[in-house]
Amino acid sequence: MKKLILAIALLLPSLAFAAGSKHPLDDADYDLTDKASLQNGARIFMNYCLGCHQQQYQRYSRTFADLDIPDEIGQEYLQFTGEKVTDYITSPMPAESSATWFGAPPPDLTLVARVRGADWIYTYLRTFYVDDSKTFGVNNLTFPNVGMPHVLQELQGTPRISYEDALIDGETVKQYVGIQSDGDGELSPEEYDQAILDLVNYLQYTGEPSRLASEKLGKGVLVFIFIFFIFAYLLKKDYWRDVKK
Amino acid sequence: MSNVSVDANQSASNEQPQSSNRRKFLTVATSVIGGVGAVGAAIPFVASWNPSAKAKAAGADIEVDISGVAPGQLIRVMWRSKPVWIVRRTPELLASLEGIEDQLRDPSSEQEQQPLYAQNRYRSIKEEYLVLVGICTHLGCSPQHLADGAFAEYAEGVPEGFFCPCHGSKFDMAGRVFQGVPAPLNLVVPPYQFLTDTTLLIGSDA
Amino acid sequence: MNGFLNWIEQRIPMMRVANQHAIQYPAPVNMNFWYVFGFLATIVLVNQIITGIWLTMNFEPSAERAFFSVEYIMREIDFGWLIRYMHSTGASAFFIVVYMHMFRGMIYGSYQKPRELLWVFGMLIYLALMAEAFMGYVLPWGQMSYWGAQVIVSLFSAIPVIGPDLVIWIQGDYVISGATLNRFFALHVIALPLVIVILVFLHIIALHEVGSNNPDGIAIKHKKGSLAEEDKTKYKIHEYYTDKYDIADDIVPFFPHIVLKDLVAFSIFLGGFAYIMFFAPEMGGYFLEHPNFEIANPLKTPEHIFPVWYFTPFYAILKAVPDKLFGVLAMFGAIAALFALPWVDRGSVRSWRYRSGLHTWNLIIFAIVFIFLGYLGGTPQADWKIVASQILTVMYFGFFGLLWIYSKNEKTKPVPERITK
Repeated sequence: MKKLILAIALLLPSLAFAAGSKHPLDDADYDLTDKASLQNGARIFMNYCLGCHQQQYQRYSRTFADLDIPDEIGQEYLQFTGEKVTDYITSPMPAESSATWFGAPPPDLTLVARVRGADWIYTYLRTFYVDDSKTFGVNNLTFPNVGMPHVLQELQGTPRISYEDALIDGETVKQYVGIQSDGDGELSPEEYDQAILDLVNYLQYTGEPSRLASEKLGKGVLVFIFIFFIFAYLLKKDYWRDVKK
Repeated sequence: MSNVSVDANQSASNEQPQSSNRRKFLTVATSVIGGVGAVGAAIPFVASWNPSAKAKAAGADIEVDISGVAPGQLIRVMWRSKPVWIVRRTPELLASLEGIEDQLRDPSSEQEQQPLYAQNRYRSIKEEYLVLVGICTHLGCSPQHLADGAFAEYAEGVPEGFFCPCHGSKFDMAGRVFQGVPAPLNLVVPPYQFLTDTTLLIGSDA
Repeated sequence: MNGFLNWIEQRIPMMRVANQHAIQYPAPVNMNFWYVFGFLATIVLVNQIITGIWLTMNFEPSAERAFFSVEYIMREIDFGWLIRYMHSTGASAFFIVVYMHMFRGMIYGSYQKPRELLWVFGMLIYLALMAEAFMGYVLPWGQMSYWGAQVIVSLFSAIPVIGPDLVIWIQGDYVISGATLNRFFALHVIALPLVIVILVFLHIIALHEVGSNNPDGIAIKHKKGSLAEEDKTKYKIHEYYTDKYDIADDIVPFFPHIVLKDLVAFSIFLGGFAYIMFFAPEMGGYFLEHPNFEIANPLKTPEHIFPVWYFTPFYAILKAVPDKLFGVLAMFGAIAALFALPWVDRGSVRSWRYRSGLHTWNLIIFAIVFIFLGYLGGTPQADWKIVASQILTVMYFGFFGLLWIYSKNEKTKPVPERITK
């Protein structure tokens, strides 16, 4: 009996996360070599996300160095509470308070791109829509009933979801059409998508700052291994020529 | 090739010399490439022992505000996990430093224990302020600052100085080591610069 | 130089041992692709030990610091990311290589007399390796580390009477916690590696005592005096073997022939390994699972909890049986069945080249079943998957049952006297 209860107890929490069918994900065509995009993404993160979310495993100095941002400029435009350049990217929001205000502390975002994937984040930040039944007035198609407000609304404008009636199998069903901004944001829809892509690019970078260096080194290593293979193969063949078969 | 026992490493007697040369060349080539590969593979492991970003951050320069330091006062800061003393020396103290030079081991700071700008009589950029790493050059203890005549107990006629309690080494108020003590060298002057008249940056030259 | 070497040799037989085991050791000339995996496994073992030591220099084995220290290694230690990926890729590579190595043993009958103990040592290495990999995966203290440990350790509660207390004892706490991490760290870093190294040493000694098998499954060492002179090998083989046997002309000396063959295999393996390491270390979430990039949270259960891919076949067998205790027994029984293989197979023909078509099919289907079970064990649950895993579990054990039945009076082909291709 105890084992049954344990088994159910282990599985029950997962039901909460199994809710809802998945919203299809859009392709996030990010480019880690695009420094301008990364810098814009960093700027958006520091201005909109850092209020609640941290990136506690990444130092500012690493970001500045990798994104070609001089320390003085980085300190002026990307650091707001007087930390040192070598400090980790932490949020001023205290964890206990955020747990009270949002239900759960806003997760650390250093590695979010490795957990959720770039496509998920890209889609998530573009599928908020007005929903008056929710605490912060918004809901999200990719993460239903999310506890996060639409922080980027001032960029996107008021997002409204629209449905249309469709006849499926003889029944009139409400079918999802899309989400459209009222146009009262700072950015046009294309500009907003690009901004989100920049932000996703930045998050992809912070998830694994060594990626570009890894691929650069990897190319050289593979060439070297191939050359070694050629010589090892020829040497082996030479000794084995004399072996009777 | 009948009843002859052939060593696996040797070519058979009726082989062409070219194949033996080819074998030699291939063996050497493969070994050399393999050797280079082994060295290359070792590089990440050796490099991983370099000071990490955390160590470099902790070892960064530090700014010190000296506006509140009174004449005759010593303050201590930590730089690269080492104690650094900043002393605001009075004119009387500076004058007294000349008279004791015959008691010192290296009065002109000929040994390289200080940057070039501190290789002078007072071992500092500005006479008034002395900056020293507070670690005895004998075996690494941190000497005590003895002022108001207390130092005279150890060095007759010298009212102020640094005395190391571990083995009795003595240094004057320019960090210069006395003769007849275990410490061989003057106290180290770290790289430093004046950012403003009241701000020091310890750790790098101007 | 010679004098110095002789001085050493008289006091410790370095040269004799090297000659007997690594230079003048007779190896079958027809050792094919399937025979490189033992060597590759040793290479991967060395890799895991060296990269593991280096990771230990900066890893902090506490629940509070473990996750952070892994990211510290990835970001702030020069080449830390490379050492970490060498270790994680190596862990998966180890199992790829070991599974191929085991399958070779199955198709060529390398577990049959006189190599039963060799097979048993190998199975013990496999067991130790699974424990080592399981505990190593807990150390980064990600969501999958924590919850995977939670699920697997709680299985022990199925044991009657002592089960629940045993779980608490293993955990060192009432739940998986820092206490568990600390002890897993000690076991993973030194205890099990020592065990594995010793077992590998014994494994190789046992191999060299009876000699390597080959794809034909026939002997290369013959009774002394039974071979004509022209049928004996022309290579210099150590007296340890030539004193007792006539070594046929079907062999090559281990050095340089097999060493060079292994070197080529090594360079190909290294190419694949390097590609994964530098360009795709996560391997789509199979080598480094996505949920594990989130720090362990005892209050948040991940949507899907899976073990790493190399455990998934056994996980599927566990889930296939509805009863908890019998599920655990089935899972361990699946491994125990492999242990018993030398005695389950009552035949005397080794290689599948000369055994019945039934045996060939049995082996191939076993491999497919194993892979398919892995798929079922590593993907989210569905109704058809439960039924499928039950059928496949029966088929898994069916391999051994069928083998036991037909191996007694199997219709085999004539086995050649001398090595063929």
